[in-house]
Amino acid sequence: MIPGTDIVDLSRLQFALTALYHFLFVPLTLGLSVILAIMEIIYVMTNRYIWRQMVQYWGVLFGINFVLGVATGLTMEFQFGTNWSYYSQYVGDVFGVPLAIEGLMSFFLEATFVGLFFFGWNKLSKIKHAICTCLLALGTNLSALWILIANGWMQNPVGAHFDFRTMRMETTSFFEVMFNPVAQAKFVHTISAGYVTGSIFVLAVSAYFLLRGRNYAFAKRSMTVAASFGLASALSVVVLGDESGYLANNNQKFKIAAIEGIWHTEKAPAGLAVFGIPNEKTQRIDYEIRIPYLLGLIATRSLDTELPGMDELVDQGKGFIRQGIKGYEALIHLQKNADDKHAQTDFMEYGPYLGYGLLLKKYTEQVTDATEEQINAAANDLKPSILPLFISFHLMVACGIFFMLLFGVGFYLSLHNKIQSTRWYLRIAFVALPLPWLASELGWVVAEYGRQPWAVQGILPTVMGVSSVNFSQVMTSLLSFIIFYTVLAVVEIYLMVKYIRLGPDGTSIA
Amino acid sequence: MSLDYETLRLIWWVLLGLLLIGFAVTGGFDLGVAMWSPFLTRTNTEKRVLINCIGPTWEGNQVWFITSGGAIFAAWPTLYALSFSGFYGAMLLVLLALIVRAVGFKYRSTIDNVRWRGAWDMVIFVGGFVPALVFGVAIGNVFQGVPFYFDDQLRVFYTGTFLELFNPFSLFCGLLSLSMFAMHGAFFIQVKTVGHLKKRARIAGRIAGVLTVSLFLVGGAWVYWGVDGYVLSSPMPHDGPSNPLYKVVIREAHGWYVAVSEAPIRLLPPLFGVFSGIMAVIFARFARTSFLWSAGCVAGIVATVGSGMFPFLLPSSTTPNQSLTIWDSSSSQHTLSVMLVVTVILLPIVIAYTSWVYYVLRGKVTERSVEDSGHSAY
Repeated sequence: MIPGTDIVDLSRLQFALTALYHFLFVPLTLGLSVILAIMEIIYVMTNRYIWRQMVQYWGVLFGINFVLGVATGLTMEFQFGTNWSYYSQYVGDVFGVPLAIEGLMSFFLEATFVGLFFFGWNKLSKIKHAICTCLLALGTNLSALWILIANGWMQNPVGAHFDFRTMRMETTSFFEVMFNPVAQAKFVHTISAGYVTGSIFVLAVSAYFLLRGRNYAFAKRSMTVAASFGLASALSVVVLGDESGYLANNNQKFKIAAIEGIWHTEKAPAGLAVFGIPNEKTQRIDYEIRIPYLLGLIATRSLDTELPGMDELVDQGKGFIRQGIKGYEALIHLQKNADDKHAQTDFMEYGPYLGYGLLLKKYTEQVTDATEEQINAAANDLKPSILPLFISFHLMVACGIFFMLLFGVGFYLSLHNKIQSTRWYLRIAFVALPLPWLASELGWVVAEYGRQPWAVQGILPTVMGVSSVNFSQVMTSLLSFIIFYTVLAVVEIYLMVKYIRLGPDGTSIA
Repeated sequence: MSLDYETLRLIWWVLLGLLLIGFAVTGGFDLGVAMWSPFLTRTNTEKRVLINCIGPTWEGNQVWFITSGGAIFAAWPTLYALSFSGFYGAMLLVLLALIVRAVGFKYRSTIDNVRWRGAWDMVIFVGGFVPALVFGVAIGNVFQGVPFYFDDQLRVFYTGTFLELFNPFSLFCGLLSLSMFAMHGAFFIQVKTVGHLKKRARIAGRIAGVLTVSLFLVGGAWVYWGVDGYVLSSPMPHDGPSNPLYKVVIREAHGWYVAVSEAPIRLLPPLFGVFSGIMAVIFARFARTSFLWSAGCVAGIVATVGSGMFPFLLPSSTTPNQSLTIWDSSSSQHTLSVMLVVTVILLPIVIAYTSWVYYVLRGKVTERSVEDSGHSAY
């Protein structure tokens, strides 16, 4: 018997909050660690002391942020087991592997060398310490690789099959899991987003110094690094976001339809809504500004492939669900008698749709006795919520375009040695500080909320993955996280602001 | 990799043990040092010295714990699913303690204020004490078996409560765990400090060492006379598919000692643990030597959990037949093979660079060195 809707909703809320909170700290870690490595390599090459001071100062800010990335990351590793235990049981054979490798390859690397980064200045030569910083950056980026291979598998579950004797998904090819194109695109897109975040952070804080007329040499050099690194990253994040969209169209057509508000199939090539407010009642986009043909080009890279609308996809879903029922029936027979030849052939044919059959568990435990009404309801569950997805996606892309412009202008001004005196630009750079965080979180909303109702696309519905714990347990953990995380956020922001105000001169570094 | 399923399962049982021992021996002294910090120190500078003994390396040591969790997920997903959701409240406690411990280390010296530092020091103490206690309590429950069952879709239902986790035997194991980590922490402090701190640490290590060995021996007797152990009583294929529903297990008095007569090698880890503990106490005057013996004692005690319960991972007190054993709750052969290759390549590399980092950071932490470091020390 699957857990009740109240437990499912509470567990989803908790995972969303803890994941979004964790991702407040991760992008800055990803980007700033690379920026630190860049600055320290410049120090080693030029032997100019100011670059060492820059590494140490940005390093202090990095450290305040890094520890919360680690601390909130612990929660994520625990949470698959504590709150999503059936999910862990059902797909752990596949999903657990990249998580374990993340520990072995990335966490050890970053956690070991972060110690030397802070404590090793006086114990290591210039070059050796710079290598430690590079290894720290490498560790954080490898961490992103493995967790995105895991999440990529949730979106596009390749290299695995369902085994009826163990009642779970099992890996058939780890190679396919690792080189899942969705995972690869997500990885480069996400680290680019991290690099943008690190760059905007350095850009904004440096702009603050310059606006205050202090730490001139320090801030100018930092802005130059941030603008150049940021420009490359912003271009990368937008291009790879596009790549993700193209790949998602292979197996997550509902997601594409939702982020673009396509209720009904359009004649190819479909247009792209640049602006608008989706109206669920009329199934239209109000105040729409549309570029014709553009979505079709982006999502299918062709002029004549149609993009299916929601209603067409729901009809298709009904068909999958009916086949899923047959798959489920075959599974029940196989469990009773593994040698049942008839059931074996049925499972071969309908087994791939088992996940769709499982969508009915929300309505009937038996699945095989589903009524027409229940099948319709389950098919409609396939529709993600359009309004939040449409807005999240468009806002995220708008931020991406803004970043490209911001860094482009900054890069140009840096080259012409004008960045320190162009005050209107410095002001814009300063207020742009929160935007990469906004864009990153919106991106995750698109990725994960757009994946609903699936925990693993086409394989395991979210409602089935929840642990069979009781309401008060989940309420206790949820409230604990809210309280602890709020206190930590206040402390972290207080410390960040304090050390930004103090600046490099006020911060005593050995 | 063409290793057979049975061998892979055995290897992964050993590897899991090694990862857990790795955590106990490294992260273990971090927990111990954190627990000693209010008791072994008289001044704020002494406290800083203590915390800086583990300052540069606690984060790397913690990864042994994280990787053990990841390895449980990857190699024993049923165990991961059951234990993390079953021990929900205990997991939450440990998690919150580790979160605030991490922040306490990092933020302690960011503001030069006695009350600020004092608050974070309390947090660091709790961050050492709570996990050390809960790990022991958890193991105590594992030995007794916990109430759970599976339905035919292998969805697990844990039917115990949070408070039931705290029973006499499990609390005793919690005490042993505290004592063990305290001993190990004290011997580590001795290696890294000089003067008064070093002397106090030696005394602390001796006391905790004697306590640990005594409690461990009492625990062994308790398991014999007071804990019903679990015994496999049907032949079980060692290379069959992972499904815990198809075996017969009986629960009986002295159950955990039944296999000892057939395989006396099971006595090796506990004997090694006791011997090492005694050695550590006898040679307490020699800092590095006693620390290594202390590590051996910790390793022996942790290994005893595995060797004592083999092949069980987590027995069910309500439905013994559905207990988790290494033969029916592992990942698939493909996954275990891939993970083995990855681990064989990466683990030696990890040990190599970790050793290098400890080498770079070798030497004593003195009051002078802490005062000179400004903000680059904790």
